[in-house]
Amino acid sequence: MKKDIILAGVGGQGIISIATVIGYAAIDMGLHLKQSEVHGMSQRGGDVQSNLRLSDKVIHSDLIPFGQADIIISVEPLESLRYLPMLGPNAWLITSITPFKNIPNYPPIETILDKIRSLPNHVALDAEGMAKDLGSPKSANMVILGAASPFLEIPYEKLQQAIRAIFAKKGTEIIEANLKALQAGRDFKE
Amino acid sequence: MEKQLLLGDEAIAQGALDAGLSGIYAYPGTPSTEITEYVEHSRQARETGVKYSWAANEKTAMEGAIGMSYAGKRAMTCMKHVGLNVAADAFINAAITGANGALVVVAADAFINAAITGANGALVVVAADDPSMHSSQNEQDSRFYGKFALVPIFEPSNQQEAYDMTYDAFAFSEKYKLPVMIRITTRLAHSRAGVARRPALPQRKGNLPEDMRQFVLLPAIARRRYKQLLKTHYDLVAESEKSSYNLYFEGKDKSKGIIACGLAYNYLMENLAGKDVSYPILKISQYPIPRKMIEKICSDCKEILILEDGYPMIEELLRGYLNTGVTIHGRMDGTIPRDGELNPNIVAVGLGFPDTRGPEVPDFMVGRPPSLCAGCPHIDTYVALLETLEQYSKGRVFSDIGCYTLGALAPFEAINSCVDMGASITMAKGAADAGLTPAIAVIGDSTFTHSGITGLLDAVNDKANVKVFILDNGTTAMTGGQKSAATGRIESICAGVGVDPAHIRVIKPLRKNREENVRIINEELAYDGVSVIIPRRECVVELNKKMRAKFAGKSNE
Repeated sequence: MKKDIILAGVGGQGIISIATVIGYAAIDMGLHLKQSEVHGMSQRGGDVQSNLRLSDKVIHSDLIPFGQADIIISVEPLESLRYLPMLGPNAWLITSITPFKNIPNYPPIETILDKIRSLPNHVALDAEGMAKDLGSPKSANMVILGAASPFLEIPYEKLQQAIRAIFAKKGTEIIEANLKALQAGRDFKE
Repeated sequence: MEKQLLLGDEAIAQGALDAGLSGIYAYPGTPSTEITEYVEHSRQARETGVKYSWAANEKTAMEGAIGMSYAGKRAMTCMKHVGLNVAADAFINAAITGANGALVVVAADAFINAAITGANGALVVVAADDPSMHSSQNEQDSRFYGKFALVPIFEPSNQQEAYDMTYDAFAFSEKYKLPVMIRITTRLAHSRAGVARRPALPQRKGNLPEDMRQFVLLPAIARRRYKQLLKTHYDLVAESEKSSYNLYFEGKDKSKGIIACGLAYNYLMENLAGKDVSYPILKISQYPIPRKMIEKICSDCKEILILEDGYPMIEELLRGYLNTGVTIHGRMDGTIPRDGELNPNIVAVGLGFPDTRGPEVPDFMVGRPPSLCAGCPHIDTYVALLETLEQYSKGRVFSDIGCYTLGALAPFEAINSCVDMGASITMAKGAADAGLTPAIAVIGDSTFTHSGITGLLDAVNDKANVKVFILDNGTTAMTGGQKSAATGRIESICAGVGVDPAHIRVIKPLRKNREENVRIINEELAYDGVSVIIPRRECVVELNKKMRAKFAGKSNE
């Protein structure tokens, strides 16, 4: 088993919480893991990405080679396309369609969505809207993770367990909200 | 023991704690900050009374660590690569004084003395380099400093080695009574993997150097110590040759031999895994470079590929100026790009393997540079400053290193320089000396205490017409909100340095205060002398953190 995952977003959007849940589940399964993060200047509203590598064999490089990622998981549509050169053959792109506009020259959103929809393997969903409908707007990241979950080769229950463990300190309400968000993402059909 | 998921930085911190660290000294700087933060938040450190200190700058941090080593305890200092420039004076000379204990005798005796005295404080220096300049103004390679100082360097290739090498570095430092450098790069610093720990050792009790003049580098003593350091170097080479971190893998296909240093070894293995190739490989993670291993691979193989995540240090050494020896490939002949960090694809191409690449980025893609946060006090400061400067020609704002450096970008385009910590004030003074008046300096509160105070003294002594804006947000914001050294004391420091208190003005950078702030700045611009203007408002990121903590506290009640 080998899963190379690019997590993408804008500094401050919290892509690391997705990595933390996947990472917890992977460690629980006894997999090897490497996770490279961006700290420092780019966190101030710049583009950020994380390379998350899971494998049942020893992982050497902290960086995923270009053209070999299995999945891009993005919480922002423009950012999902920034890492296309990382994608391998038959790989999947899972992204939120809500733009984060903190630059003056943000391209037209329809152009971005058209490009995403032109990719053979993609899931594009309104994670923010779905999270709001569930009454927990902060759990959009878990909606995205839910949508990515069928492609991770991690049993769904393991992700649920990870959420329970990671959010344990925050109380039952938060855990349930995140689990619902995860399920909503998993159930999403275009 | 179960593995812990740690960043490279955290693995170093945990390795140090388990090796019996007594004190860690640092100034925050990406990608090194998380080492000291880990110790700051570690229960183990708290329970065993490990001292941690956010120092005013890297030089004071280095000297604090040398002092702790002098007193016979295990000390570590951590900094980003450019921080090592600031601390270089102390670092190079600490190599000559040694870490504590007798360096006055030949190496063999040093072993014996170490065994007799038993308690000498190790000194470990962590330099975190940033190839590709993710968060830095250059991509200098700290291994050159280690070589220059003639100290051993450990360059881990993964998180486990980062832990193990730090653990071992303390014993190594005590064995040779020398500072040891640990050199990492951004990718290792900020990447997580499972790390297995070793048993935690107790701290040293502490003892003074046996030779009370060991740390007195008067010329007569320094000459003696330097000769000793040169002698010790042979022992360090011998150590490198038998080090378990330097590995020689025999290979049948001698058409090419590969030397891979530190993190580059991972990219090499990423490419070789599952492939039917068998080149001889030399992995180097401990310096000085292992001479016999180098000689072997160079005599065994037809040509050599050298992979270094940094400058071509070993490559330059092996090529020599005339480049007439063994055929070498690397950064200097274009096999590997001359600048920037390595990655698995660059190494694949260097090996002659096919490159892989997914679909191209669409044409409409635009950059998303970092920017000042919504509600950031620097925004209001720049708005007011730019308005007052409309009366002058452009190009007179000298800035510094911190979040406010982002004022260089649109929509502000407010600053004209960012060179090194503290350079805003001194460059403004030099420019004012050249007739560019008034000259403006823009510096953060933490950067001011790091290296701005001495420059302000220069400006006061020469009565320079400079307007120094000390942007006081009460924290070291860019690196994540570490303690700023002089919070609450900026005005008194400026007055103490000799700035006329009538020209130390505190303003509150808020949109509603713009008119008043513009008026105050204009008053100071009209004054021919040193003015200090302190726009003071808390960093919004820190404020939000506090509000969240407060809110969480309430909901728990």
